[in-house]
Parts: sequence; C-alpha cells; structure tokens
Amino acid sequence: MIEHKEHAELAEKFNADEARVDWHDETLWWVRQKRDKMAWSIPEWENLREAASRIKHNVLGNLHDYLLEFERNAQQNGAVVHWAADAAEHNRIVLGLLKEHGVQRMVKSKSMLTEECHLNPYLAENGIEVIDTDLGERIVQLAKEAPSHIVLPCIHKKKEEIGELFHEHLGTPEGNADPKFLTAAARLHLRKEFIQSRVAITGVNFAVAETGEMVVCTNEGNADMGAHLADVHIACMGVEKIIPKRRHLGVFLRLLARSATGQPITTYSSHFRQPKEGQQLHIVLVDNGRSRQLGREDFRNSLKCIRCGACMNTCPVYRRSGGHSYHNAIAGPIGAILAPNLDMKEYKDLPFASTLCGSCSNVCPVKIDIHQQLYKWRQVITQEGYSDTSKKAGMQAMNFVLSKPGVFKFAGSAGRLMMRTFPGILNIKLNPWAKQREMPEAPKLSFAEWYKKNKK
Amino acid sequence: MKVGLFIPCYIDQFYPQVGIATLSLLEKLGCEVVYPQGQTCCGQPMANSGFEHLTTGCNELFVDHFQDYDYIVGPSGSCVLHIKEHLHVHGQEEAATHVRQHIYELAEFLTDVLHVTSLPAKFPHKVGVHQSCHGQRGLGLAQMSELVAAPFSKPQQLLQMVEGLELVNLKRTDECCGFGGTFCVFEEAVSVKMGKDRITDHVNNGAEYITGNDVSCLMHLEGILRRQQSPVKVLHIAEILNNSL
Repeated sequence: MIEHKEHAELAEKFNADEARVDWHDETLWWVRQKRDKMAWSIPEWENLREAASRIKHNVLGNLHDYLLEFERNAQQNGAVVHWAADAAEHNRIVLGLLKEHGVQRMVKSKSMLTEECHLNPYLAENGIEVIDTDLGERIVQLAKEAPSHIVLPCIHKKKEEIGELFHEHLGTPEGNADPKFLTAAARLHLRKEFIQSRVAITGVNFAVAETGEMVVCTNEGNADMGAHLADVHIACMGVEKIIPKRRHLGVFLRLLARSATGQPITTYSSHFRQPKEGQQLHIVLVDNGRSRQLGREDFRNSLKCIRCGACMNTCPVYRRSGGHSYHNAIAGPIGAILAPNLDMKEYKDLPFASTLCGSCSNVCPVKIDIHQQLYKWRQVITQEGYSDTSKKAGMQAMNFVLSKPGVFKFAGSAGRLMMRTFPGILNIKLNPWAKQREMPEAPKLSFAEWYKKNKK
Repeated sequence: MKVGLFIPCYIDQFYPQVGIATLSLLEKLGCEVVYPQGQTCCGQPMANSGFEHLTTGCNELFVDHFQDYDYIVGPSGSCVLHIKEHLHVHGQEEAATHVRQHIYELAEFLTDVLHVTSLPAKFPHKVGVHQSCHGQRGLGLAQMSELVAAPFSKPQQLLQMVEGLELVNLKRTDECCGFGGTFCVFEEAVSVKMGKDRITDHVNNGAEYITGNDVSCLMHLEGILRRQQSPVKVLHIAEILNNSL
C-alpha cells in the first residue's frame, strides 16, 4: 500500500502546467549558468573541489574525535552542548529550552536540519509559534507549504503569488507584486519579530573543531539579527557539519556560494564563538541517522554535503518536477540519496527519480558521487524487497528473454511481426511510452538476421 | 586487429540500419570485424532498475561471445559504459576484465584507437549533436559543461570530417534528453518533457537532423518528433559517418 503519492505521480501533476514547468526550468537553469560563470572565474576550481572533498573525507574518518574536540572547545567558549540521537530528541531538547525561558513565539533562520526534524509542526503542537526569518522560508511558511529547494525555498512561487500572500497576511496593497516593495514589507514585518523575540534558532553551515566556533552563512543577515537580539541563541546542526580547522573555512566558503547561487561569497558569513554577556548559547548536535549512513560504505560520502543545492539546479528532472515532488525536506539528487537512509520504504521511489545523467556529481563542490549512489540505492531497495511486484515480474521476464539467445531471437521476430501486422497495436493507453511518443517502426529483419543473410 | 561487433538488443531489433552502418564503417577503415551470433544484451535495463542481481545470464553470455577479440566495439555509449563499469562473471574474471578493458564506443574507437583523421563521408545538412550522458559523462566522449576544463568533443571531431555537414550550436550543450532506461516509462511525464525541450533547442537552432552516439536517446527523441509530425529526423552518428552519397 502506498500511503503517499510517489515522485512520478507528483511530477506528472507538476507537468500539467507546461508553461510553469518551462518557467521553473529556466529560472533554475539561470542559477546553474551563474554558477558556471563563477566556477570559470577561478582557474583552480577543480582543485578546490578536490581539496574540499578530501577535507570532508578526513572529517568522516575521524568524526568521533573532531566532535569531542568541538564540544570541548565550545564548552570552554561558554556554550552549552546538547547531543540528540534523533529528530525526536532534538525537538525535545529545543522545546525544553523554550519552556525553560517561557517563550511562546520565536525567530528561526534557515536550517535544513530543523526541516528534517519537522521542528516547526512539533513546536506548533506544543503551543509555540516559530517565525522563519529567511525571506523565502517565511513566504512558504505563510503559504503553509514546505520549502521546495534547500537554498531557494520558494523558487516554485511566482512574484504575483507572493504579492497575493503578502496582501493576505501582511496587508500589502492588492495586486502589488513588485519584489523590492514586497521585500521591504517583509523586512518591516520581520523587524518587529526580531525585536520581540527572546530566543533565536539558527542553523550551522560549518562548525570548527579547533576553535569551537560556528559559521552561519546567509544573504539577509537574518541569522545575525536573530542571534544578536535574543537572550538565548540555539544553534542546531547535524554532526557532519564539522570541519577540522579554521583555515579550512576558506576552501568551503569559496565553494559554497559560488555553487549555490553564483555569488562569490554569501553576504554574511558570521562566526559565532561565545555568548555575549548575559546571553546563553546552546548548540544541539544531531545524529538522526548520520551514524548509520556513515556505516554504509557505498553511501558514506553523501555526508560530505554542504547543502549548496547545485545538484538541484543542474538536475534536469528536478527542474521539471519541482521540489515538492520529492516529498522530503531535502529534494533533488542529494535528497534522493539521503532520504532512503532515513526511511527506505517511504523514500524507495526517490533513487529512481533520475536518468543517472551524472550532472549532479559534476557540479557537487565536495565531489559526492551522487549518480553512482542513486544506482547503488536502487540495488539496495530492490534487495530489501521494496520493489513493486509488477516491476519485479517484468524484470524477471526480461531476464528470461535476454539470457537465452534462442528465446531472444524468437521473441524479437514474433514481436516485430505483430507490430508490422497490426500497426498501432502498442499505441494504447496502457503503454506509457506511446502516450506522447510513437513506437519505433519494426523492421522486417533484425541486424542478426540481416548479418546471417548477407555476411555469413 | 580482430574487432567483435557489439550490437545492443534494441538496435538489433529496431535499428538494424545502425548496426549495418557501424559494420560497414569499421570495414571501410580496414578492421576485421566479426559479429558474434547469439549475443543479446548488456544487462543494463535490469541493472538500472535495481535488478543487477538478475544480470548474471547476460554477463555470462557477453563474456562468452566477446572474450576472444582484441577490441569490442558498439554503437552505444550507454551499453558500453555499463559493460565497462559492471561486467563481472564468477570464475571468469580474467576474461571479463579483458572485455571491460577493451570495449569501446564507436566514436572513441575511431578517434582513440584507429586515430582517424579523414573520412570519405558526405552529408550536406545542418546537424545538431545530442550529447548522450553516459557517453559523455561516463566515457568522457566530450568535455562536460559543468567542469572547468579545456573543451573537446570526439563525436564533433569526427562529424567535422564529413563533407558538407554543418554543426548547429545549441543553447544547452549537454542536457539529458530524459530517456534514462526504464525512467522513460516509469517517469513518463518528466521524460517526455525533457525530450521535448531538447528537441526545441535543436529545432530553434536550425537542425535538420539530430545525431548522437546512443540510439536509445535518439529512439526517444524520434518517438516525440514523429508524434509531433516534425520534419526533423534522427540518425545515429555511424549512419552519417558512413554516408558517402
């Protein structure tokens, strides 16, 4: 039983509006081109990717030690470090801190980890309202939707739709879809929240083991605004965010924004090292399946991800199916190799939502072999018994025909004869190939038959 | 030099003319070519669907048919890549390794092994090259648009030797066409949309023919073109390189 819709079905729905698909595709392709331009501006680009990949390789091989080093240094800096084995524990820790401070409404900057842990709905159930302060995040929050992209959360929305949302929720004039005006309106609205909020949650881009500091990258300064104004700063991070030394930051900061949006660097790359006087700094280190993934040799490298989203922008399938079709906090190719580790049954469709074209692996700034892992997940998912029965039967039949030259020859000529005798026989609704495509014409002789006649 | 001709299953059944052109071209260039009778498939349709464990039969057949050749050449980047990456046979690993290391896609065989510098071919038409992903990103037939590296293209290098042929420039030089093996039926909507978008790029830039190194992608594009009743035709690169008018 499928409890939710799978990628193919959701993608088909997305494709019902072809003009919108074209717009979505062109918008993201434009970001991909910006990324290309930036990459070409750095002659040592490929070396930089290699360096980043190797640093992360070292991190993953020594994660235990680096985490303890980070914890020790962070504590020395005056931070409180919490460890969460899974999403539920992470959410409980955050709720506990909020309750302790009697907070019912608070600001949060961009954090894919809290999306992964479904923190917002959990806090809502517990009577706490979260105000997402990243503009794109706030827009999807007002629309009661999930982000459709890890860097560009509302990339699926047109400015007119955002104008309508703001009219409804923030009282902007009806019909005004001027991005500058709408941004100014959002700024006013968010400023009020920043000033009133006593707790701020932020994500973490990089955590430096050597110094116990965290680096948070934003274009809007919203993480800084939240963290500096609040009495309590809670930074939530996956355990793989560690880098060994501060000097390694240069490699990653050069790659991150260039890969993500085609900017040389994010507008704000803010270092948080110690709480200011009277402030509390809490760091929540979350595993949530990462140790398990670390133990899967074929998929370990997926933990190198720095969440730039370049694989989404380049993915021809993502661009034409939209982020929501992946029904997971992290969409696109990287989401498709991370999600099955979290719940193989729920996300068994995602590794198949790809043509294995390999473009994702080529743009990845930390050189994750994404398309190879998609192929490998397909094998694991089948071996674990999550394939549909009809697909399994089809593959077994295919194997029967293709492993026996005699059967192959017979089936081929019989099939072609049928197609020639009854043209259009396969142009039926049940054949997904023929819905929008013609079947190839069936020749009288196969190559093997021609060869026998003419050559041997 | 003894060349074993590998004709993938769907080419054998639906595009015999591509096999014939490949054979004729290789013979023209002085190779001794044999088509081992009884070959079927590289096993990729099953493996890419998550059923690699069902490909034992295909793998054994492949090694049996091709282990005795100096080179194995096939007109399909995707099938060749699959063999290169995944062909293993228990108890026959040495033979399988020989096959993996000596199998070539047609264009790379022409440029890298035969070092072809001229061809007696003529094709006075505007042609768009569909750069199939597995050939390009897997076998490295051409520079990839994602990487910061010097440009090259083995297929284009060959097509430029063809008299009268004019290559058209595309807006997106190496975007996937959406075939993707069983993806083309399991993800029909996205697959077709990707194919339509590739076609639009070729048509907008004046291509009369779309060519490439993989019949699978071309079959998918041809299916859409024919449904659209478009005058644009697809031809495998072997058919153009072998065309002397």
